[in-house]
Amino acid sequence: MTPSTRKVLVVIEHADGAPTEPSLQALTFARPLAAGEPLHALAVGLAPRGLGDHGVGTLHLAEHEAFGSYAPAAVARSVVETIQRLTPSAVIAAGSELGNEVMAHVAAMLDLPLAANCVSATGADVTRIRWGGSLLEEATVHADTVLLTVQPHTVAVETTTAEEPAGELFTPELSAADLAVRVTGRVEAATGGVSLADAKVVVSAGRGAGSAEGFGIIEELAGLLGGAVGCSRAVTMAGWRPHTDQVGQTGTKIAPEIYIASGISGATQHMAGCKGAKKILAINTDPDAPIFASADYGVIGDLREVVPAISAEIRRVKGL
Amino acid sequence: MNVLTCVKRVPMTGGTIVLTEDEQAIETRHLGFTISPHEECGVEEAVRLVEAHGGESVVLTLGPAEAEEQLRDCMAIGADRAIHLVTDGEEWDPQATAAAVVDAIRADGTAYALILFGNESADAGNYQVAIRVAHALGLPVVSGIKGIGVSDGQLRCERESGGGRDVYELPLPAVVSVLEGLNLPRYPSVPGRMRAKSKPVAASIPSRPESRLERKRLVVPAGQGKQAEILGQGADAAPRVVEILQQIGVL
Ligand SMILES: Cc1cc2nc3c(=O)[nH]c(=O)nc-3n(C[C@H](O)[C@H](O)[C@H](O)COP(=O)(O)OP(=O)(O)OC[C@H]3O[C@@H](n4cnc5c(N)ncnc54)[C@H](O)[C@@H]3O)c2cc1C
Ligand SMILES: Nc1ncnc2c1ncn2[C@@H]1O[C@H](COP(=O)(O)O)[C@@H](O)[C@H]1O
Repeated sequence: MTPSTRKVLVVIEHADGAPTEPSLQALTFARPLAAGEPLHALAVGLAPRGLGDHGVGTLHLAEHEAFGSYAPAAVARSVVETIQRLTPSAVIAAGSELGNEVMAHVAAMLDLPLAANCVSATGADVTRIRWGGSLLEEATVHADTVLLTVQPHTVAVETTTAEEPAGELFTPELSAADLAVRVTGRVEAATGGVSLADAKVVVSAGRGAGSAEGFGIIEELAGLLGGAVGCSRAVTMAGWRPHTDQVGQTGTKIAPEIYIASGISGATQHMAGCKGAKKILAINTDPDAPIFASADYGVIGDLREVVPAISAEIRRVKGL
Repeated sequence: MNVLTCVKRVPMTGGTIVLTEDEQAIETRHLGFTISPHEECGVEEAVRLVEAHGGESVVLTLGPAEAEEQLRDCMAIGADRAIHLVTDGEEWDPQATAAAVVDAIRADGTAYALILFGNESADAGNYQVAIRVAHALGLPVVSGIKGIGVSDGQLRCERESGGGRDVYELPLPAVVSVLEGLNLPRYPSVPGRMRAKSKPVAASIPSRPESRLERKRLVVPAGQGKQAEILGQGADAAPRVVEILQQIGVL
């Protein structure tokens, strides 16, 4: 198949018709690659709303009774059918967990290369992240149809004036293998507390906390600020806190107004998890700790003295 | 049940990443090496499954001769043997990596009930080797898994999503990519380390195909190396900290 140079297909993830923010970012990312031509979008299940404002000319909507629950290979099969019909020059999805998963299936089905988590692209030349964003890689994708995903939150969504997209409904031909893996059940989490990923304030400690009990003062400060408690991997490995509290490349990505990180050295893998923080305050006994080179504010001192002093001062100003 | 876990040797970078002069690699002269935490959890899960159900736990890597160190580390926490696909140290692209893993699994001949991967490699983060291997072997695959249960030849996996967990049920054999948090990996014991020294490593040299995702250059992103405004020393800094919290509007 010889692809048309300007046809760009974007796979849209949506929640009950509302496109996810990273999908809208992927649409903004895709427009220059289409050189002014309207984009093709693909969604499964429901038609996502408002895509016209994001430069979509045609919405390919895959309908199938199987789309009642998430089945990654079935979504991928719909993308593959659309690629075979359109022969686009590029196929783009959000670099979310599901976006990367679906595109990996597409790449495997078509035996094409896939560049995950790109921050920019010109034709087949891409820049993508490594090490959770601590390093970038410039690469060339050798394929007629370039498959890539867009690293979330690196492109600001821009709208454009456009018409409602034309709708093209189709029913993909799904094999038993495409449907073999699907969500078959749900375990709801016991709710309670502020979720780390969404918290406006995160108060963390690392190895410097010294023990599980050392987190008492961290919990106290987090409580006073209505925030969540976080930690480094040194802490989860020691069994002081559960992995759900871990901030970092292999933990939770946080985006608070302020991240208070105490007794944490600032390893790149930890910092990869708090790139979204608006401000970082580091508390560390070592004035040469690397974290001071990525923090906005620093206090040099023992967290066992500094953290309770901050809590006491908050109580004082609040009259508690 | 036999379980295979695929792991990748990566440098343990500290607070900053320094590149080699040709911008092709991380300067690793002063660094130690490890595997991704996701993969560590994979190895631990494999060892636990074999402890519970019998069978053999095997680890596989595609990497330089030095990657034997990571294979021994995995055997120190209980893997029984290792497969080493020895490279000249150049990174293979994910398509070539997956093809080499598939060839090695076929050549090994063991019937694996479960083939475990990290959800993404620590360095490259391609998010795809597991899925490519599954398609090539015609096996079902689930990604991003933080809970695994096996009973009566059925696999039950849990994946975090929207504040809860989605459940996937699939038949064995299967491919699963896992995330850190799946379990808390054990530390290797001294006897574990001793035993690992004499466990078998089957080494072979695969030939590297052309890269279809061709790496040209590494770049350290801008924005590192700002200097924090020091608010003070010790407890005396507390009033300044609270002023800042008020300025930001979180108090
Ligand atoms: C592939 C990979 C993925 C990883 N993913 C993650 C991840 O998701 N999250 C993560 O956190 N790490 C991750 N790591 C581990 C990371 O590289 C570091 O090892 C880890 O972040 C170190 O934790 P730490 O800063 O608490 O400990 P250390 O590096 O030991 O630092 C402790 C700091 O505390 C200071 N300190 C000590 N005592 C006190 C005190 N009383 N008061 C104030 N300061 C004190 C010290 O000066 C030091 O700076 C990953 C590693 C790899 C290789
Ligand atoms: N060189 C390699 N050797 C063995 N396994 C690998 C290698 N590269 C990737 N993998 C496996 O594939 C997973 C996903 O890698 P990736 O697709 O690069 O993100 C990793 O977590 C490993 O389990």
